[in-house]
Amino acid sequence: MSGILKLAFKLLVNDRAKFTGLLIGITFAVFLMIAMTSMFAGVLNRASSTVINIGAPIWVMDPSVNTVANTIGMPDYTLDAVRSMKGVDYAVPLFSGGALVRLTDGTYQSVNVIGLDDTSLFGRPQMETGNIENIYAENAFLVVHDSEFPKLNNPRIGTEFELNDHRGVIIGIAKVTTSALFGVPTLYTTYDRAIQYIPNPRYTISYILVRPKSAADVIQIQEQVRALGYLALTKEQFIHRISEFYTYQTALGLNIMLMTAISFIVGLSISGQTFYTFILENLEKFGALKAIGAKSRELVSMIVFQAGFTGLIGYGLGIGLCTCVVGLARLRIPDYASIITFLNLGFALSMVLVIAAISGYIGVRKVLRIEPFEIFRG
Amino acid sequence: MEQVAIQAKGLSKWFGEGDARTNAVKSVDLVTYLGEIVYIVGPSGSGKTTLLSMLSGILRPNAGTVTLEGEEIWSMPNDKLADFRLKRIGFVFQDYHLFPRLTTAENVAIPLILRRTPWDEALREAEKYLDVVGLKSRAQLPPVKLSGGEQQRVAIARAMISQPDILIMDEPTASLDGDTGRSILSFVKANILNEKRCILVVTHDARINEFASRILTMEDGKLLASARRVE
Repeated sequence: MSGILKLAFKLLVNDRAKFTGLLIGITFAVFLMIAMTSMFAGVLNRASSTVINIGAPIWVMDPSVNTVANTIGMPDYTLDAVRSMKGVDYAVPLFSGGALVRLTDGTYQSVNVIGLDDTSLFGRPQMETGNIENIYAENAFLVVHDSEFPKLNNPRIGTEFELNDHRGVIIGIAKVTTSALFGVPTLYTTYDRAIQYIPNPRYTISYILVRPKSAADVIQIQEQVRALGYLALTKEQFIHRISEFYTYQTALGLNIMLMTAISFIVGLSISGQTFYTFILENLEKFGALKAIGAKSRELVSMIVFQAGFTGLIGYGLGIGLCTCVVGLARLRIPDYASIITFLNLGFALSMVLVIAAISGYIGVRKVLRIEPFEIFRG
Repeated sequence: MEQVAIQAKGLSKWFGEGDARTNAVKSVDLVTYLGEIVYIVGPSGSGKTTLLSMLSGILRPNAGTVTLEGEEIWSMPNDKLADFRLKRIGFVFQDYHLFPRLTTAENVAIPLILRRTPWDEALREAEKYLDVVGLKSRAQLPPVKLSGGEQQRVAIARAMISQPDILIMDEPTASLDGDTGRSILSFVKANILNEKRCILVVTHDARINEFASRILTMEDGKLLASARRVE
């Protein structure tokens, strides 16, 4: 570190009260910004849980579908049409719907039922306990071991329940990458059993899962599906569509953005004000440095260093604090949907740099304007 | 033969324009020599500080020239002038302007740090100068723990560490009692002044006149002709 920056560093950190105030302001702002955006990222991730867990490369659906939870059934001939399209390696139906199950203690619990293609079981989850082939047994269901699992009274293999007066039996416990958003347990069964047990409208195929012969066939398949009057999206496009829906067509995105903006303003206010006071208190000293022979760019580098250093330390502390809080929250609240992504971190970093830049700019303006002559005048 | 330290010709400074214009310094001619302590005295508002600021290269005059050891300082670009001040001029401010969050040694080392001297080397050098002003034992204390006279000595050490040709002292005894003020000037005359250095002092304090080589009196922005040499 050059002597001038070391001087700036000592001037900053030796004023412990101001330095602590600056750090608290930025740490608090970073904590709030990351907490808000990571919560949003967690919600979006869970909103796409079915898409992520099933993992099909292409999803065919009704064009009105915006989220995976609200499906619009497609007629059976659509499946045949898709299967006959150029570039399609194979295509299978998927059922996704809600139901009420009656547990052995007589209570009812909402569940999400996923019906996998009987032949291929394409999109099946990874088994934790039990054998996937048992899904072909009578009344067989798999239960997903996620944060909602206890709502089914922690079922084991052989646990029975009723679903629309049909008997159901747990034949295996599965695990998935992402828990669902809406707080209901997930059951897997075969497509035929799902449409047989759950009352349905005329059309029963929620989605058609497609595997293209090659990546180059994706666009061709999408065009053919569009000509049929339906929509084909890649897994990433579908996740993006769901994110767009929650961000722009519900109040969720706006509220999170408002909270993030408020966090930024709070951080900027505390840090900007404290840094400004710090500069004001040292203004005469900076003037004396100027008189002694410090060049303007050296004073600017000192202030930029002080603002940047405080910003980055506050950023690190904010991330640490947020990670601790998210970790603790997850221990106490298994459903807590919060994911700290690189995007969240990058966003918070850019906001911190803006806070540091604005605070620094205020300081630089003040210091550049001071005339060393004023120091003589006292 | 006496060597010229500072030569000012036709130096003028005014503030404001039109009816609001105030002439702070009016066409001052001045010559100081190496090896002398020159006092600039006069009533408040007479233009002493403005003159001192122009002579030391921190306030640009509206008219006139200032030549320091052969170099016309106001024709220099800003960065070169800042470098010139850093290397050739030492400042002792009225309120000392020491950084309260730095140690005494770090305060003294500042001019060397600005000259890109490595930190540890600058601190070692600062301790030498603190030794010269009798404060080596206080090197690690913050300035606020020192008395007014000690802070003044720290400011002198800071001004001297660059070994400047010109030392500018602005009201050096204003915050000190009579004895301390006299001891400071006595110290400066005995230890800081030499044949290669000129010391300019702006003061109101007649109690320290005995230490001056010459006393220049200012009034209404003009240097009075009655400048006299003190023996």
